Amino acid sequence: MTKSAIKRLFSGPFLAFILCGTLVPLVVIAFYGFTDRSGAFTLDNIMAIAGGHHAQALGLSLALALISTLICLLLAFPLGLILKDSKIGKKGFMVFVFILPMWMNFLLRTMAWQVLLEKNGIINIALKSLGLPLLDIINTPAAVVLGMVYDYLPFMVLPIYNALIKIDHSLIEAAYDLGAGKGLVLRKVLIPLSVPGIVSGITMVFVPSLTTFAISTMLGGGKVNLIGNIIEQEFTVSSNWNLGAGLSLVMMIFIVISMALIEKFDREGEGSMI
Amino acid sequence: MRTFKKAAALIMAVVVTVGLMAGCGGNTGGEKGQNGQVYVYCFGDYFDPELEYEFEEKTGYDVIIDYFDTNEELYPVIKNNTAQYDVICASDYMIAKLIDEGLLSEINYDNVPNASNIAENVKPSFEEFDPGMKYSLPHTWGTYGIMYNKSMVNGADIDSWTDLWDEKYAEQIVMPDSMREMYMIAGKILGYSMNTTDEKEVTEMTDLLLKQKPLVYKLANDSARELMIGESAALAVITSGEVLYSQELNENIDFVIPKEGTEVWTDCWAVTANVTNKEGGEAWINFMLDGDVAEDNFEYLTYAIPNTQIADLTDNPVLNPSAEVLAKCETLKNLGAEADDMYSRYWKEYKSK
Repeated sequence: MTKSAIKRLFSGPFLAFILCGTLVPLVVIAFYGFTDRSGAFTLDNIMAIAGGHHAQALGLSLALALISTLICLLLAFPLGLILKDSKIGKKGFMVFVFILPMWMNFLLRTMAWQVLLEKNGIINIALKSLGLPLLDIINTPAAVVLGMVYDYLPFMVLPIYNALIKIDHSLIEAAYDLGAGKGLVLRKVLIPLSVPGIVSGITMVFVPSLTTFAISTMLGGGKVNLIGNIIEQEFTVSSNWNLGAGLSLVMMIFIVISMALIEKFDREGEGSMI
Repeated sequence: MRTFKKAAALIMAVVVTVGLMAGCGGNTGGEKGQNGQVYVYCFGDYFDPELEYEFEEKTGYDVIIDYFDTNEELYPVIKNNTAQYDVICASDYMIAKLIDEGLLSEINYDNVPNASNIAENVKPSFEEFDPGMKYSLPHTWGTYGIMYNKSMVNGADIDSWTDLWDEKYAEQIVMPDSMREMYMIAGKILGYSMNTTDEKEVTEMTDLLLKQKPLVYKLANDSARELMIGESAALAVITSGEVLYSQELNENIDFVIPKEGTEVWTDCWAVTANVTNKEGGEAWINFMLDGDVAEDNFEYLTYAIPNTQIADLTDNPVLNPSAEVLAKCETLKNLGAEADDMYSRYWKEYKSK
């Protein structure tokens, strides 16, 4: 057996997985998306995204996903800097603490927020006993953003942290030597060199936030209608798989855009760390 | 280390051998699985899980159970025959749809002697979806109504769906996150059938629901009772089966079937058309209709079970409504794809505003 034949043999399971796990489902979704209930070809399911309620839900999803991505970025970058220079124990430990919650199912963690934020929930009971004004965000978009930030923050922290620890410390020292202040070092050295990590972080928070339906169902109280909720409803309640598949195909455009972004900026492959 | 490995290997060998012997013993000794398998497809957590083992011991069948969440998830599985199930649990309107499409087989009553335990008052609603109970037998049933907290409504008399439109209760009302039930409520207020396909009526109902939307604290199905128990909400539309459980945890809770009438639903067992073990499926249904089993299920679920053997347990107007109340009730019906799409359009309008 030649070397390349052995190589091909070992890639077999992977190819089979790609075929069964990715290509076949994609073709099935495309088939449903481009047909109507009777099986005839139609573009209606794709064009439906422009229809009033769908476009409105997509707009809301984009807005909430952007807001939560921005918050995640603002939280994660300083955190990455702190972790990078952290002297507490081994560096791995602090990062470990950050990924620890990810070991728990994210639905469970989101459900915990539901209980915490409830009108008579733990947070409000605590605030009441301290005589402070009550927190009234459950079943609003604000609660959904909170859930997105909480669930997806580790996906932003890890790539940024990975990009930051790879920066050669002598570059930073050289910048200080040449008279740069802290702000200038941040702007001209740290941020430009961590762009690949930032871009992977952004896509890894933005894409799941955009398509979520679980967080908006649990924390939005059925009143925050995202595009993910509409697609889910088409499958589980309205029995209109064709429309659901059509709208999913449209959502894939956003995923393709973010993959293109990663390709452009993330040559080093920080995103592949997770 | 070496000795440890040896010991581990020995233990593994013993475990495997004993396991094999036990396995063979099971097959030849005439217990579980000797009469073949019964494949059950049921809503998640919808009977006392202990009963699975009791059934296996009693009948010698091996039970394999899969779960789903909504009727709409069950339908494509049965329709496309993607998995072979012998016996399924589904709601009334889905049973009607499956019968129409020839996806169920008629029940052989000789194998279901416990069918004589079925309560009389559940039978009229079967006329709406399975006349003569040819294809399905009841598992649980119930009605939708308003659960309210007596102290939070200050002793007000809650008896009508219009109470849910009362601005006094702004941000204290929980409505179902379920399209057809919401239109049922609006329809009862306006005097329309919950199964109307008249677009003008659907528009009016949507407008009525939109008027109420600012008052709604949350649209919720399963979590509604928790909000009532925790007193985060004063009023919630909920199904009668949740009442006993909630009252146990919060004694201020009461429940009313509104005077305009409501929806009565029945979840049923049925045998599929592609059944491989019809007798096994019928044995499962027969087992579920047994008086003691019904009692176990009732205690586990607190949902009403129309079984004469436990009539004394369910003897209250919430779980066992009078014929007079039932006369004002409707059952959910299939409206066909076109009407479904229309409802779905208006529902999305409601959701997005």
